[in-house]
Amino acid sequence: MEGFLANILNGLSWGMLLFLISMGLTTVFGVMGVLNFAHGSLFMLGSYLCMQFVRWSGSFWMGLVLGPPIVAALSILIERFLLRPIYGRDVSFQLLLTFGLMLFLDDGVRLIWGPAYHVVAPPAILSGVIPFFSQSYPVYRIFLVILGPLVGLGLWMFFTFTRWGKILRAAAMDRQMAEIVGVRVPILFTGVFAFGAWLAALGGALAAPHQSVGPAMGERIIIESFIVVVIGGMGSFPGAFVGALILGLLNSFGTTWIPDVQMALPYLFLAVILLTRPRGLFGGEA
Amino acid sequence: MRNRSFGYPLLIVLLLGCLFTLPLFLSTYWVLIVTEILTMGLFAMSFNLLFGNTGLLSFGQAGFFGAGAYFAVLCLLHLGQSLWLALLCACLGAAVLALIIGWLSVRLDEIYFAILTLGFGMMLFTVAHNWRSVTGGSDGLGNFALPSLNLVFTNVSIGHPRHFYYLVLVVATLGMFFLRRITRSPFGLMLRATRENSNRVAFVGADLRTVRLLAFVLAGAIAGIAGALFALFNRIASPEMLHWSFSGKAVLMTILGGSGVFLGPVVGAAIFFILEHWITSFTNSWMVFLGAILVFLVLLFPKGVLGTLMAWVDRVRKGKTP
Repeated sequence: MEGFLANILNGLSWGMLLFLISMGLTTVFGVMGVLNFAHGSLFMLGSYLCMQFVRWSGSFWMGLVLGPPIVAALSILIERFLLRPIYGRDVSFQLLLTFGLMLFLDDGVRLIWGPAYHVVAPPAILSGVIPFFSQSYPVYRIFLVILGPLVGLGLWMFFTFTRWGKILRAAAMDRQMAEIVGVRVPILFTGVFAFGAWLAALGGALAAPHQSVGPAMGERIIIESFIVVVIGGMGSFPGAFVGALILGLLNSFGTTWIPDVQMALPYLFLAVILLTRPRGLFGGEA
Repeated sequence: MRNRSFGYPLLIVLLLGCLFTLPLFLSTYWVLIVTEILTMGLFAMSFNLLFGNTGLLSFGQAGFFGAGAYFAVLCLLHLGQSLWLALLCACLGAAVLALIIGWLSVRLDEIYFAILTLGFGMMLFTVAHNWRSVTGGSDGLGNFALPSLNLVFTNVSIGHPRHFYYLVLVVATLGMFFLRRITRSPFGLMLRATRENSNRVAFVGADLRTVRLLAFVLAGAIAGIAGALFALFNRIASPEMLHWSFSGKAVLMTILGGSGVFLGPVVGAAIFFILEHWITSFTNSWMVFLGAILVFLVLLFPKGVLGTLMAWVDRVRKGKTP
């Protein structure tokens, strides 16, 4: 029983990180139509910046607050100078451009911080373990499990009640129509891309104490968040939430119950969903 | 146009002549590099049959490449020491996998196709990585004896880099002529038509899925052969050969050389390895450069190096004889 609950918590905490990064990915896709290969690299950059700020200031919160805006600023430059010129071209080329960006950023991080793995300690208030039935469980993971739905709620409120959120949803639904009624689409695109990057970097900063910070972390999470976004339905916000939870749980239960095929489970799930509902769980009819 | 069709065979013969005499001038090290270029070039061309001709961006092509590698090695380990049998196994095995995966994948297109093929490729990766008793797990399958090349009169050892170079050159050339034949056939025309406008192809009565599936299987079979050569070349079949980042290599090479030109992917492979060789001589961060080059090319030269060059040659010619 304890194992079962621990599995659920593990799955949820990983799922929450996946949710943060998938939210950015799916928003960027929904509004801009760009599937961003470099999104995982932005997540990783958030993690590294957080680690760097923790080193300088000694405080995890500094890293959490200061890292993501820097990544967002960088992504404004990326959108403005690299993506904007190729919006009119074939989707494949946008995928390729962000693929090149991913290679650049992933190896760039290795160049700056070296190939080694780094450990970031959680802040004092969230460190340690709490007794959990007969075992103990890290506080930080429980913090993630609680934080995830709160962030989700915040995003939901942002999208539902604020003017900006409504503009975003309108643009995601029909870009041309939004433009016709006066939404300034170029600025919106820049904003959306930076917002997605900020979310990814936030996820990265939160992931820093959860796992070790290393150069391979972006590559791992980008594929999993692709899967989340695709099975949820590209551009769908509830889809990203459900998809992230499913994948997180699949991960933790797969590892304990069927470790031999666990690695293949997300892909198997992806294939089943895509073949039965080609536009994802929340994506409507194809 | 007439000029070009006249100049082309001549150019090809010259190129082949150069490649056949190359080992006489080059050091063994460079012979190995050119061997790798040809192998990866064949792999990239199999990818481009899908991407450049059919408009399908597959991020799982390494699955068939790696499967070919494993099939060839397994064949050598369990079925006997025949090179031809190993190549045949790799080709057929990869084709059967491509038939199954393609049958499921060609229902989707664009990004969904890219992600689905990536997923299937990673499933194959997982099989190679986790099925220890058959595939050797993450260590790969390395303990096999190289077969000798059984020509009618004599047996030639392919352990020698130059011998192996000629084997790869012959197989890659045959593979490329085969691909050329396909792209020039009515079927190839149909493939390009599905790229331009899949709806219209369906309207005129063609079965879109069957056309795409056939291209997928052919691409998989060729990738399998390339993979078998690669495994023989490296004396190992390892799971990394099936990983999606390995598929990314084929994508990169194709974009480097140009997806719209027949020989683009091979030229891209050559540029890739020569750049890698040059850049790694002064820094370890070769991927930073590669990423920057890719971004630069996509932004400014989406036709790739060879494609841009060919367009330039065409323009100059037109300028001379208006």
